[in-house]
Amino acid sequence: MLARRIIPCLDVRGGKVVKGVQFKDHEIVGDIVPLAETYSQMGADELVFYDITASSDGRSVDRSWIQRIAEVIDIPFCVAGGIKTLDMAAEVLEMGADKISINTPALQDPYLIQELNQRFGQQCVVVGIDSYFDEESDEYKVYQYTGDVDKIQLTDWNTFEWMEEVQELGAGEIVLNCMNQDGVRQGYDTIQLTMARLSTDLPLIASGGAGKREHFEQVFRKSDVDGALAASVFHKREIDIQELKTYLSESGVEVRN
Amino acid sequence: MSIIIDTGCANLTSLKFALERLTNDVLVTDDPAIISSASRVFLPGVGSAGYAMGILEQKGLIPVIQNLTQPLLGICLGMQLLTSGSTEGDVACLDLIPGQVQALQAEGWRLPHMGWNTLTDISDHPLFEDVSQNEYFYFVHSYGAEVSDSTIASCEYGGAFSAALAYKNFWGVQFHPERSGSAGSQILKNFLEITS
Repeated sequence: MLARRIIPCLDVRGGKVVKGVQFKDHEIVGDIVPLAETYSQMGADELVFYDITASSDGRSVDRSWIQRIAEVIDIPFCVAGGIKTLDMAAEVLEMGADKISINTPALQDPYLIQELNQRFGQQCVVVGIDSYFDEESDEYKVYQYTGDVDKIQLTDWNTFEWMEEVQELGAGEIVLNCMNQDGVRQGYDTIQLTMARLSTDLPLIASGGAGKREHFEQVFRKSDVDGALAASVFHKREIDIQELKTYLSESGVEVRN
Repeated sequence: MSIIIDTGCANLTSLKFALERLTNDVLVTDDPAIISSASRVFLPGVGSAGYAMGILEQKGLIPVIQNLTQPLLGICLGMQLLTSGSTEGDVACLDLIPGQVQALQAEGWRLPHMGWNTLTDISDHPLFEDVSQNEYFYFVHSYGAEVSDSTIASCEYGGAFSAALAYKNFWGVQFHPERSGSAGSQILKNFLEITS
């Protein structure tokens, strides 16, 4: 049976892994390669490396670390951040990344999704979506340039309509980051993720809000997502991945042990 | 020497690194003479069957691969290319393993089939030595080879498809051993160590 995936996310800035609260106030967590190796050995199913500053300050990812990660880990990993062209994507994939994730560049040019699909195949095209529930309009809306608090910008897209659009254009997977929950560790936004689940047939990864192991069980059971992404609970060693998997397995969630 | 055929597709790198963790004698090449003289040959691939067959044709590698007598392991799309053909764009493939590749019969299931899955009906085949039925392997695909006499392990996703094929010296796995943790590494090790 297909296992639900546990995915540590490593936010990268200046060659270091960092973690901020609701996209602000980043603190350094550690070096990229040793952390990647540790997570891989602990039983992570996949890793995401996200250069959080890349899109917002107009530059691309510093790629020298991608190949060093590929050399040491034997699980899939995805690189996100400032990949705006086919050539940039090719370079990242050639260095050993399995997938590339695009967020703001897809909003700027939706056809990039289609072009990436045609050149590299659907399987390596992940679209990240930063979604915020706006109480005033009672609507889930997509934001862009979320890596920088000074540049963050609301788009015209309703979250679920954007999800349908990216599936149509040929994405292979969607990571939905629920910004209201990000970094505050009160649990995944299972209401939004359940609505998202109904909007797409693609693999769907939940992001934002994990604080304790019960939150993982809830999001798999209630929202039927394929994977759950988290950062600080793993970086701060508050949740041990192996123990989390044992807990999930005992709760009846199919995981790779 | 083990060689990885340079298919021009993404992700030769991760396979190369995975093999380098096991042996110091690996080369990525599209040189027919080197491929023909290698002791082990890997045929990797991601993307579409038509694109990959086009690359092999352009590089003049189709007859080279078809005439190999040493053990060859196709990986993911590389395995699919070993069959007679794929319905993905109605492409004729290398025709080295009987059978066809078609869209996964997984109606109502999410596609691509992406993530870690277990195998079923693992044969007593050297490729699976010291690999147990409980192990998970990493899959990413929307097309699969039908289960046939050449199937040495299958996988269930909506329906059953071939997770691994073997016919004469041509073997293949649908999953990515280079990205399947220690279980995947064991598969690569088994392939490097078989006595042909």
